Amino acid sequence: MRHRILPGFGISLGYALTYLGLIVLLPLAALVWKASGIGIEGLIRLLAAPRTLAALRLSFGSALLAALINAVIGLLVAWVLVRYRFPGRRLFDALVDLPFALPTAVAGIALTALYAPNGWLGSWLASWGIKVAYTPLGVLVAMVFVGFPFVVRTLQPVLESLDRDVEEAAESLGARRWQTFLRVILPMLAPALLTGFALALARAVGEYGSVIFIAGNIPMRSEIAPLLIVQKLEQFDYGGAAALSTAMLLFSFVLLVVITLLQRWSSRWMEKTR
Amino acid sequence: MKKLPVLLALVSTLATATVVAKDVTLLNASYDPTRELYRDVDTVFAAQWKAQHGDNLTIELSNGGSGKQARSVVDGLAADVVTLALAYDIDAIADHGLLAKNWQQRLPDNASPYTSTIVFLVRKGNPKGIKDWPDLIKSGVQVITPNPKTSGGARWNFLAAWGYALKQPGGNEAKAQNFVRQLYQHVPVLDTGARGATNTFVQRGVGDVLLAWENEALLAKQELGNDAFEIVVPSVSILAEPPVAVVDKNVDKHGTRAIAEAYLKFLYSPQGQEIEAKHFYRPRSPDVAKQFAAQFPKVNTFTIKDVFGTWRQTQAKFFADGAIFDQIGPGT
Repeated sequence: MRHRILPGFGISLGYALTYLGLIVLLPLAALVWKASGIGIEGLIRLLAAPRTLAALRLSFGSALLAALINAVIGLLVAWVLVRYRFPGRRLFDALVDLPFALPTAVAGIALTALYAPNGWLGSWLASWGIKVAYTPLGVLVAMVFVGFPFVVRTLQPVLESLDRDVEEAAESLGARRWQTFLRVILPMLAPALLTGFALALARAVGEYGSVIFIAGNIPMRSEIAPLLIVQKLEQFDYGGAAALSTAMLLFSFVLLVVITLLQRWSSRWMEKTR
Repeated sequence: MKKLPVLLALVSTLATATVVAKDVTLLNASYDPTRELYRDVDTVFAAQWKAQHGDNLTIELSNGGSGKQARSVVDGLAADVVTLALAYDIDAIADHGLLAKNWQQRLPDNASPYTSTIVFLVRKGNPKGIKDWPDLIKSGVQVITPNPKTSGGARWNFLAAWGYALKQPGGNEAKAQNFVRQLYQHVPVLDTGARGATNTFVQRGVGDVLLAWENEALLAKQELGNDAFEIVVPSVSILAEPPVAVVDKNVDKHGTRAIAEAYLKFLYSPQGQEIEAKHFYRPRSPDVAKQFAAQFPKVNTFTIKDVFGTWRQTQAKFFADGAIFDQIGPGT
């Protein structure tokens, strides 16, 4: 082993692994163990049910879309917060964290009150024939809300450390503005953007508290997968609930692995083009 | 820190003054809408117990969805008594060996000291002219009721509708199923719990009729002013019997059996019945019922036992995965 300036690799690794084991792996192991009670056949029957498929499609589809929206809007907000100085910037900056701090049920109730047919925004949207609360669109709105801070907060430090010389160099070499953005800035932001996207996605997939108030919860239409899990628990069907949770976990895991691979590929691509 | 000796002296004097007095804590795991009811019951019962036995009794109350509370007790919440929305949830606790399977025979009236029934809450002036169950499936009427799969209270709503259709002249299972299917096609939002549904109807302004427990409807009317909503009592409804039970394993561990049993008996006493009636639950005692006759209009009710058998059978037939509700509920 190479000489290190700070000692304690062994003990800190030990702590890290124990902690990870206790906090993350142990509960997950318990989950998988409970899920194994229903067997492979039960699992397939559960996952192939149209109702389950519809709920999974809604949960993962809305979460992906919400994360995508957050990636775009989050990039814009982070850019504004880092690059410009304007009155109220700090307050604006602090506001970004609010979705983190708010209990999700409160968020759900507030959003529903806003978007319900008699709410401020809802009544206005209703005159255009758009319904948000109690539709799949409401699910998306709640997921965008809870996932919003992740992209902003992962991008900010990277944007701050971005060298402006590079942009100036690009400009003096004759790059157009959109070329500077797409080919110079975006590649440097890509890894952080993907991290933010992944975090927002993971949060949205597992979100229950806020979505449940605004979704309408009609089977096959606006019923999210976590609600199906709760329904199984209400029937004391621990095995079924655990199995569905494990399946969701696996999907999420695959998605996160794909995102990590993308991230690695994008940073390698950046190294090469430098 | 200076105050500590003084405090100690005070405590020791108090302790010597009441040698026999014990500090006892009782935990009641209940379902959501009983919060205000048990706050009153607990104050009165604790004072009465102190007067009779000298013990300082603290009653803690845990509220939550009925099914969730049952799961908490199964998973180790050390509740001495459970006061839930339906017998099925207490049956589940009994299945895990925490109390005797015959718990429902240990107290009078199916172990339900108070009852309620399912009524309709409609908007002021009853603009859609809702009078009875068939009006709910007229075109243009929207009905708000929570999901019976996640809400114990909502199962009573479902069963009330089913029982009504079954009891009509020429009524049979197929006709009942058809009626309930149509009813749920008029439901635009399926909240997960009863309070959520009340919010959707009252605060969000969604729907024309809220299917509600009578005690919740009366409470909503009281809190929101009497003129915003009206209660419509249908021709036939179900007798909702929220049951109570002592959790044997827990009281034996805590040594609180005597006090827990006295607590539940108190719910049947004239004093307890009066508190329950004040909180809009229908009392079992005919005397107290007479006293509150103005509050509770006469309803033609049937019980779970009359129409459906046991709660276990009812659950399996209607609300299990793939059972009748899944076949005919909204979205199907």
